Amino acid sequence: MSTPPPGEELVHLSSVAPDAAARRTSTWPRLKRELYRYRHCYLLLLPAVVFFILFHYRPMYGALIAFKDYRMVDGIMGSPWVGMKHFEWLFGGYFFLRVLKNTLIISAYRIAFGFPAPILLALLLNAVRHLGFKKMVQSVSYLPHFMSWVILGGIVSQMLHPMHGVVNDIVALLGGERRLFLGDPRLFRGILIGTDIWQSIGWGSIVYLAAIAGIDAEQYEAAVIDGASGFAQARYITIPSIMPVIAIMFILRLSGIMSAGFDQIFNLYNSLVYEVADIIDTYVYRTGIQKYAYSQAAAVGLFKNVIGLAAVLSAHAVVRRFGDYGLW
Amino acid sequence: MAATAVRQGVGAAASGRRFRPWGVANYLLMCVLLVLFAYPFWDVLVLSFTTPENAVHIGLRLVAFPLTVDAYKRIFISDTILIGYYNTLLRTVVGTAILIAVTYCGAYAISKKGLPFRRTITLFFLFTLFFDGGLIATYLNMRWLGLLGSRWALILPLATSAWYLVITRNFLLTVPGELEDSAFIDGAGTIRTVFSVIAPVCAPVLAVLALWSAVGHWNAWFDALLYVSDRDKLVLQLVLRRILTGGPSDIGDLNIQMFQGTMLETVKAATIVVTIGPIILLYPFLQRYFVKGLLIGALKG
Repeated sequence: MSTPPPGEELVHLSSVAPDAAARRTSTWPRLKRELYRYRHCYLLLLPAVVFFILFHYRPMYGALIAFKDYRMVDGIMGSPWVGMKHFEWLFGGYFFLRVLKNTLIISAYRIAFGFPAPILLALLLNAVRHLGFKKMVQSVSYLPHFMSWVILGGIVSQMLHPMHGVVNDIVALLGGERRLFLGDPRLFRGILIGTDIWQSIGWGSIVYLAAIAGIDAEQYEAAVIDGASGFAQARYITIPSIMPVIAIMFILRLSGIMSAGFDQIFNLYNSLVYEVADIIDTYVYRTGIQKYAYSQAAAVGLFKNVIGLAAVLSAHAVVRRFGDYGLW
Repeated sequence: MAATAVRQGVGAAASGRRFRPWGVANYLLMCVLLVLFAYPFWDVLVLSFTTPENAVHIGLRLVAFPLTVDAYKRIFISDTILIGYYNTLLRTVVGTAILIAVTYCGAYAISKKGLPFRRTITLFFLFTLFFDGGLIATYLNMRWLGLLGSRWALILPLATSAWYLVITRNFLLTVPGELEDSAFIDGAGTIRTVFSVIAPVCAPVLAVLALWSAVGHWNAWFDALLYVSDRDKLVLQLVLRRILTGGPSDIGDLNIQMFQGTMLETVKAATIVVTIGPIILLYPFLQRYFVKGLLIGALKG
């Protein structure tokens, strides 16, 4: 058996009871034996560990350039530290406050309208008695979930086309004036929320429908005998029964407050609506990737991620109180 | 499913043949929703087969008449779409294969209860769900790795994710240990057991991962926009994006400027149809597996 590493012995003598010390001395050889026993497992882990180091942890280290004046030739290490300079620039500037405001407003709208929508759809679908029809509505409603926002953006632009889009046709038919929907700052956020619901409502309803399917049928039988209407059943049985799921989904949804939907906005917005549609993620892209202001853009991104991390961790702390729903 | 059916049977019987106005209203509302979900796709499909003169007609597009395939002929004059298809298929197949391998191996290891440092390693994976270096650092990292301009830039960053690892690990935890023990008794080594005894048992969860990964790769565009700009390596989504954003962008010999006015609209529609075609065709067969997968993902522990 190998000797314990230097220092171990001292700790044992001074602070640990003798029998505990006896156990600790056998720890290192046992660990070595265990490590050897699981050597195949470590080999299997290797690709994943290398992956996370290269593609996740190294970028985290790279985020340090938010505190430096990054120059490509010097690399991350060699570029000079500048402390909080870029953050001061951010908070002093007009654009950052604008994108922060837009991010929070668009996120809040998404939650206010986009969160209840799938719950409502689930309740309505549950009231549909004809199973075949219900299945068909569900299948069709999932479809947009499987499309990228490049595709959906193309379809939405087509629908809203100022000259021959269907929406403008309807507006014109009702006596309104054809307009450039995607170029109108007053309408743009509404379009974002509406098309977001179109894309996600069907898929989002699955989890609620699954929860509804788990409700004990006897409750409904009793309610029907008592003469409860469909509304009363929804109000007093269905909604209270799925409330824990709703609460968890809501908290998890809140934790994404700093992400206002980059893919969607990037494929729909244009310079006419930057004032209402430019969010943190789109701003980081334009500043960093298109204008090469790496350090400033990294500072914006880091700000977003730190707030986002705090939001996610608090959300998980709350969710764990609901029982076995946390991540670990 | 069975519970739902039973309850619906009970509910229907109990409400009898009483006329239910709200029930009818609900059916009507569902029909409206059905149209709202489906019409945009139908509109684009019809537009792609419409003659440019008819494309400007006002009103709902229910059928294309006269029907023409000119727009499709135009987009296939150039090989850009085919290049896009090739690159997208390549990243989807190779990317998914790599993802399955890396995820399964990693998940197997962290599913072993006795593995020293198991919890530390799991937390090391999980932390990446909560925090990342941000777009800029990720981009600079790709350059540091020398992956800019390479197809690997679209594959390696998606090689696994903490979320997939946890889902697979949770599935592995439900596999009875006796299976592995009996394989050892039969004389199979660890590696052989992992790949030829346990892996087949995990087929359901691995199939779900493969589906998610394939859809993810098929729809991915932002990574390609960031990292790969060669025409030969363009993915389908990016080809579509360049045609949609129109403007002066010239994708090789498929010059957007040559489609003036309404021809541009039918060409855009045809490109959208060509891009979503495979998804729509496979969707009816795969849909229920996605739903199953979502529920596997939602069940934890």
